[in-house]
Amino acid sequence: MGELTLGVFPSLVGSMSLDFAFKLAEAGMAKGHKVNMWLSGNAVMMAKKGQKAFKDYSHLEKRMKELMGKGMEVTVCEACAEARGYHKEDTPEGMKRASMDWYLAKTVKTDRLLHIGGE
Amino acid sequence: MGAVKLLFVVQRPPYKSENPRLALTHAIASQTAEIYMDEGDSVVPTMVFVGDGVLNAVKNQQAMKLYGVTTTENHIKSCLLIDLPVWVCKEDMERLGLKEDQIITDAEDMGAELKTKFVSYADIQKEMESVKHLLFF
Repeated sequence: MGELTLGVFPSLVGSMSLDFAFKLAEAGMAKGHKVNMWLSGNAVMMAKKGQKAFKDYSHLEKRMKELMGKGMEVTVCEACAEARGYHKEDTPEGMKRASMDWYLAKTVKTDRLLHIGGE
Repeated sequence: MGAVKLLFVVQRPPYKSENPRLALTHAIASQTAEIYMDEGDSVVPTMVFVGDGVLNAVKNQQAMKLYGVTTTENHIKSCLLIDLPVWVCKEDMERLGLKEDQIITDAEDMGAELKTKFVSYADIQKEMESVKHLLFF
């Protein structure tokens, strides 16, 4: 099976692109692929735990935790998170924080990189 | 695995979106990515500005003076300083009425030797086909 890396930049609220990224990750994992996810730009909104689920807004924390439980590696851009006031103690359990070079390094071994751009 | 070529394609104008800045900072991060890689592996990025993205390469930006943030110009010059190729699409410059003397062509003030390349879309297309991964910003 292959390795897929998703570079994800859109915000949780404002478009459905982040929802799409998680659906794609789920589909890839269901096929047996290893999936890595890099959250940067406004996508670092995922790096704030304890978000309340309202039906009017996308809510992906539960799905993300399920996928991480199945082996998806999720890493958030530390600088993007800190710039938005999301600190280490806010980070959901299992999510890693790293600088942008983590994402660049993943491009070497991954079979496919899908870069899902931000707003 | 060896050297992996990446093409960062910037199509958004500067300051209106975070995308161009994220493209530049991610590309520059290639300099330190080796800490996560096996010995002998590396990433070789190229930055290319197309469409409205060519506006990122206009020189004499004043973002620090007006907004207190570093300019996109400074990031582009940092690319040149670390020998990261910077390409600007000629056809899109023409469409926007931009001449070469209005564009960041070098970073000699920083000590860089590499210069910006003005390329046709056909050349960009060729590069897109030759790299391992494309990153659209």
